[in-house]
Amino acid sequence: MNTVLGQFIANYNQWIIVFLMVSGLYIVIAHGNMVKKLVGLSLFQTSVYLLYISPAKILGGTPPILDPDFTVYAQPLPHVLILTAIVVGIATLALGLALVVRINEAYGTIEEDEIFAGDDRD
Amino acid sequence: MSGQTLLLVVLIVPAATALLIPLFDGYPNQREGTTLVGAVLLFGAVVLLLAQVLDGGRPALTIWELLPGLTIAFAIEPLGMLFATIASGLWILNSLYSIGYMRANREPRQTTFYIAFAAAIASSMGIALAGNLFTLFLFYELLTLVTYPLVTHRASEEAKAAGRRYLLLLLGASTLLFLPAVAWTGVAAGTLDFQPGGILDGKMAAVPMGLLLALFVFGIAKAAVMPVHAWLPAAMVAPTPVSALLHAVAVVKAGVFAILKIIVYIFGVDVLAEAGSGDWLAYVAGFTIIAASTIALRQDHLKRRLAYSTISQLSYVVLGAALLTPLAVLGAAVHIAAHAVSKITLFFSAGAVHTAAHVEYVSEMEGVGWRMPWTMGSFSVGALSMIGVPPTAGFLGKWFILLGAVSIGHWFAVAVIILSTLLNAGYFLPIVYSAFRSRGREPVEMREAPWPQVVALVVTAVLTVAMFLYPTVPYRLAEMLIAG
Amino acid sequence: MREHLPALQVVVPLLGALLVALTRRALLAWIVTTVVSVLVLVIAAMLLQQVLATGPISYRLGGWDPVIGIEYRVDVVNAFVLVLISAVAVVVAPFARSSVASEVAEDRVAWFYTMYNLALTGLLGVAITGDAFNAFVFLEISSLSSYALVAMGSHRRALMAAYQYLIVGTIGATFYVIGVGLIFAMTGTLNLQLIAERIGQVDSQQPIIAALAFIMVGLGLKLAMFPLHVWLPNAYAYAPSMASVFLAATATKVAIYLFARFLFSVFGAGFVFSDLPATLILTGLSVAAVFVAGAVAVVQTDIKRLFAYSSVAQIGYITMGIALATTTGLTGGLVHVVNHALIKAALFMAIGALVFRAKAFSFAEFAGIGRKMPLTAAAIAVAGLSLIGVPGTVGFVSKWYLVVAAMEAGWWWLAFVIVGSSLLTMVYVGRVIEACWFREPAPALSEVREAPVDMLIPIWILVGATVYFGIDTRLTVGVANQAAEILLMGLR
Repeated sequence: MNTVLGQFIANYNQWIIVFLMVSGLYIVIAHGNMVKKLVGLSLFQTSVYLLYISPAKILGGTPPILDPDFTVYAQPLPHVLILTAIVVGIATLALGLALVVRINEAYGTIEEDEIFAGDDRD
Repeated sequence: MSGQTLLLVVLIVPAATALLIPLFDGYPNQREGTTLVGAVLLFGAVVLLLAQVLDGGRPALTIWELLPGLTIAFAIEPLGMLFATIASGLWILNSLYSIGYMRANREPRQTTFYIAFAAAIASSMGIALAGNLFTLFLFYELLTLVTYPLVTHRASEEAKAAGRRYLLLLLGASTLLFLPAVAWTGVAAGTLDFQPGGILDGKMAAVPMGLLLALFVFGIAKAAVMPVHAWLPAAMVAPTPVSALLHAVAVVKAGVFAILKIIVYIFGVDVLAEAGSGDWLAYVAGFTIIAASTIALRQDHLKRRLAYSTISQLSYVVLGAALLTPLAVLGAAVHIAAHAVSKITLFFSAGAVHTAAHVEYVSEMEGVGWRMPWTMGSFSVGALSMIGVPPTAGFLGKWFILLGAVSIGHWFAVAVIILSTLLNAGYFLPIVYSAFRSRGREPVEMREAPWPQVVALVVTAVLTVAMFLYPTVPYRLAEMLIAG
Repeated sequence: MREHLPALQVVVPLLGALLVALTRRALLAWIVTTVVSVLVLVIAAMLLQQVLATGPISYRLGGWDPVIGIEYRVDVVNAFVLVLISAVAVVVAPFARSSVASEVAEDRVAWFYTMYNLALTGLLGVAITGDAFNAFVFLEISSLSSYALVAMGSHRRALMAAYQYLIVGTIGATFYVIGVGLIFAMTGTLNLQLIAERIGQVDSQQPIIAALAFIMVGLGLKLAMFPLHVWLPNAYAYAPSMASVFLAATATKVAIYLFARFLFSVFGAGFVFSDLPATLILTGLSVAAVFVAGAVAVVQTDIKRLFAYSSVAQIGYITMGIALATTTGLTGGLVHVVNHALIKAALFMAIGALVFRAKAFSFAEFAGIGRKMPLTAAAIAVAGLSLIGVPGTVGFVSKWYLVVAAMEAGWWWLAFVIVGSSLLTMVYVGRVIEACWFREPAPALSEVREAPVDMLIPIWILVGATVYFGIDTRLTVGVANQAAEILLMGLR
């Protein structure tokens, strides 16, 4: 029992990632409000940033800045990658929100079911 | 001319005719003249080719390699020669007949009609001369497509429905069954060429071979083996010249020709007989013969009765091929020719009756014979040939198939042939009888159809008898076929 | 200069996008786009020629070592994809001018071309890069610009279509990144070739299998693999015609390329198809795609939606070729990538011409259009025949390969599935041809004229290509065959 619990606690970062991932995805699927969907989507993407970065952190290591005094530092590559991924994520969110604004202008609502009902009446 | 040049000429002449006809849209005389000239030129070329084949020449020509192992190639052999001769020869008569029929009935869209007709003949020539299975398949599909405008010629709702059924059944069967069969043959044999003795010897076990044969027989729906026959009665909405040449000769013969050719040159008669993979086919063909004849008995619409008769007669050819014995195969080949001249006579007569007396139903035909003696006289010759009474061509094919059946003791086939002969008599003789019954006291005024129609149908009737008396050419070709 | 071609392949359209965004003049935007397309094609053709002559090209961006840096790697497979994308871009460029001008508001035309150039950048980038993460970035560049392109459609539903496309596309991309992250954690590299070398030495197979699953689903969403295709029909139907043309012809193809690259070159055909039930899953989904999407296409009344569903079905044939995982099958699948790109670009352009002249989308609206716009309607008919797979068109070649591959593998039923599903194609293409040619023109069409020449020429170039490559098959089949062999041997 202790070992299972011990493993669980030892990998706590993984569990957080999985929790964020699943809740983000759940929000995207379950919510009809288009802004909330985008929030869920961002949550989902953010969990992936953690997936990359958390294993790259080395306990007792410094940030990856070269300095003769320190020899142990975090793996820099994931940080660079995620910097790019964050940019992509921001772009996606911005575009998504812009679309929601336009949808609100065109339909007068941002609830998916109301929009579909409105289009069916056309 | 060399054999290869002749092959090209035979393919190009009808195609060129189809391309030239639209130039004369609005000039009926020139347009129909083009058709006739094309038909005569084609027949001339075919006869020259025939002379070479009878002398043992086998010209072949490869046009294009589409993919490795998939070539468009032409090669002539006796069976294809027989088919080409019949189709091209009857095209001349049919063109003559069409001119009379289309003008007298004031049919619309005649230019389209003649274009599609020439294109159909071109496709038939492609089928006849195909040097491999792939080329055969291509022209087979092309023939379906170019005959579609002919079936829907009337543009009525009925014609459109019939056209849909026509396309769906023919294209459906050929893509669903025929095409996989071609691919399967290619994968199993490594080639698709037609070769005497077949290409599948030792390459396939008995059961898969039987399956492959089934794919071919039912995939080639133009042969109208039940249950893939339903397109043929539907196609009868087309103008009669179409029913006469295409749905009694070119299209349906393309079907049975393809089956016969595949059995002889892809499977090999001996290979198939040894494996026993083709035994079932005789029963299917036998069933089709009897069932179609029985249905024909109950059809009052004359053209539909003829259509069911065609279904039944086509299966004679399939039966002859399925018996897998030289005599029966010879009979099948001869029957292709015999049925062609007889059935076209019957359709010509039916169309002439429609033109002159506006009669389409058997029950309205009472006394027509006295008003149209030439027409109904020829009809009677055709009917006798269908039953197989000497001295008509129909006797020959049946006789050899019967001999073949007896020679291997296939009593089922013998019984089918005898029973179907009775049925044939049962649905043809009443027509002849009622047409010539009750002359009445009043002198009847003769009112024949326009002369081109009458000439055409009398000539085919004469041919039907002549073929019995002088069967040399079809017989020689059929002999060459079974000699390999 | 010549050694920097791989970088230029991506940099040229990127600069084009920038230039268009800065000038913001409609005509200039079109000219820049056309010039960019031509340059890109020249570069791609030179790359292909070089690859065929001297083997794969490796290009290190910034001179970094591939272990940590980005490597562009061109072999026959992606050179083929690069040529395909850029050739489509060149051919459709003349069509864009009138079509975009008529369907997109005037002040947005330049933005349209900006997004178009960015999409081109992204697609070419995905195809050329040899780095898994870089592929993600390019995938998102192309996807984000595609969302914007779709949103520029004239109907308000285009906005919803773009939004849904964005949600689904982002989920797909994120799944892909998760898969790549797992691989990175296990192998310590993002370079596709290095991953392929190291992946066999990884002790624990479970993360690798999980990575494969994430990547398959992620890219499956991007390539519209059934049942992950739901975004596609609306996106294609409501996007401006030019966007539908370009996306239908190229976007899914690039995702398919990356998909095949991962399955064959990175994970290895042996691992994916022998040790795991990928064959079963992929074949099942492909069969479902051709039948379900084909049947849905049959009942559509909007021609753009009809051909959008048809795209889903046609992608099913491509994934079928991938699932067969034999040289013949993969050749068939790859040839179908080309075929489908040509056919769909031609079809969507022809529909764009219908929209341009007649504002017609539904069967009722364009009934009898064959009398008014014979050349456009004839192009639809010929392209439709190729979609069915009629001999003499490219469609026949790929289907023939697939049928033969299925038979060689002993999967008889699959051969019948392929020809049987072609019947569905025959029905929906038949409906379109019937509506174009065999009905009386609606009164609303009485003023309609034939499409302008700058639309007809690109349409007929592609239609001509579908016929030409259906008769002279040496080029397409030859290259596809080489590509298939390379994929099956692993990354070379």
